[in-house]
Amino acid sequence: MGTIEVRVWRGTAEGSYQSFAVPRRANQTVLDLVTYIQRTLDPTLAYRFACRVGMCGSCAMTVNGKPRWTCRTHVARLDGDVMTIEPLKNLPVVKDLVADLAPFFDKWAKAEGSFKPTAAPGSDFVVVKPDTAARVAADAGIECIGCAVCYSACDVAAWNPDYLGPAALNRAWTLQNDVRDGGKAARLSAVAGDAGCHACHTQQSCRAHCPKGLNPSAAIAGLKRAALGALLKGEL
Amino acid sequence: MSRTAYRNHPTWWAFAIHRVSGVALAAFLPAHFWALGLALESEAAFDGLLRWTAHPVLKLVETGLVVLLAAHLAGGLRVMTIEFFAWNAGQKNAVALSAFFALAAGLLFLLNAVA
Ligand code: HEM
Ligand code: SF4
Ligand code: SF4
Ligand code: FES
Repeated sequence: MGTIEVRVWRGTAEGSYQSFAVPRRANQTVLDLVTYIQRTLDPTLAYRFACRVGMCGSCAMTVNGKPRWTCRTHVARLDGDVMTIEPLKNLPVVKDLVADLAPFFDKWAKAEGSFKPTAAPGSDFVVVKPDTAARVAADAGIECIGCAVCYSACDVAAWNPDYLGPAALNRAWTLQNDVRDGGKAARLSAVAGDAGCHACHTQQSCRAHCPKGLNPSAAIAGLKRAALGALLKGEL
Repeated sequence: MSRTAYRNHPTWWAFAIHRVSGVALAAFLPAHFWALGLALESEAAFDGLLRWTAHPVLKLVETGLVVLLAAHLAGGLRVMTIEFFAWNAGQKNAVALSAFFALAAGLLFLLNAVA
């Protein structure tokens, strides 16, 4: 099946590309290429993965200029005999292909991206009907795996270092639609600031690249409407 | 491979055109106000300007401006529509519709100008 030339980023913010020749295999993923390099050609290569099945969100890298989950990206589906693999954009680089996700998750916290319970401990389950509008809206964004692919694809995140980003805002919108949640007012004011939902230009690179097929820009549009509504009612 | 490959999708190009057209319109605005000011000052000077703009090259430039304005208008309405109404798709149709509207407006203007 021949070989593929893999150009891999080595270093941190400063660095260079190093080329490796990796044999092609059937059903090979981009993560397989990187693992082959690290196990067979150069054990000093740093990269990150965990589940290998698209659940954990830890393997995302920039592949031929686009952010992707590498464990579920098949090499055969990408054109050419040369592939360039870099760490995710818009985040500090720890080493080689490992991006530091701390700023990404700090922004989830800033966007009040955690559930605030209202029910007393031990109280019975809340019944949420699947066909209610809020449940449908929450469902649309709930499958996020926190891979930061969208954040890496977002130009606004690149231009404004304080921008909360598509994933944090998508989480915030999911929680705004959770009828059990009690943190809605605080969350809306957290995301309605300068670097929140209104900073988004609806470029939808997040939607174009999210491996789970989510549409963070739709969630952000929801937050924009909710913020405007609250403003008109004098609640913001 | 290109460093900007992640941008190559319809809604990113729609954004790019919107920004470029917005900035170009803003740059043209002083010239527009100057022309209007001239009309207030002296009829003869304004007529002179109008004769100058009758040149075919300027008609083409004006067509470009009309396309820019139409593209910016349609693009702006597109953004506001998708932000204020429930939607969930890739917006390719809305982008195509905006582009069609802008080109149609430009063509109408050009046909009017040469007729
Ligand atoms: C004809 C009616 C117009 C409509 C409906 C409209 C609508 C919009 C909207 C919705 C945006 C925000 C886009 C975004 O979030 O990315 C915008 C941005 C902008 N507009 Fe307009 N606009 C109009 C006319 C104009 C005119 C006449 C000018 C020039 C003086 C102009 C200059 C700009 C500029 C420079 C931006 C910023 C572009 C960006 O941030 O990407 N607009 N417009
Ligand atoms: S739609 Fe908004 S959040 Fe998504 S990539 Fe574009 S600017 Fe970023
Ligand atoms: S929204 Fe999609 S791309 Fe963004 S972190 Fe979640 S799963 Fe990844
Ligand atoms: S390794 Fe878990 S999502 Fe790729």
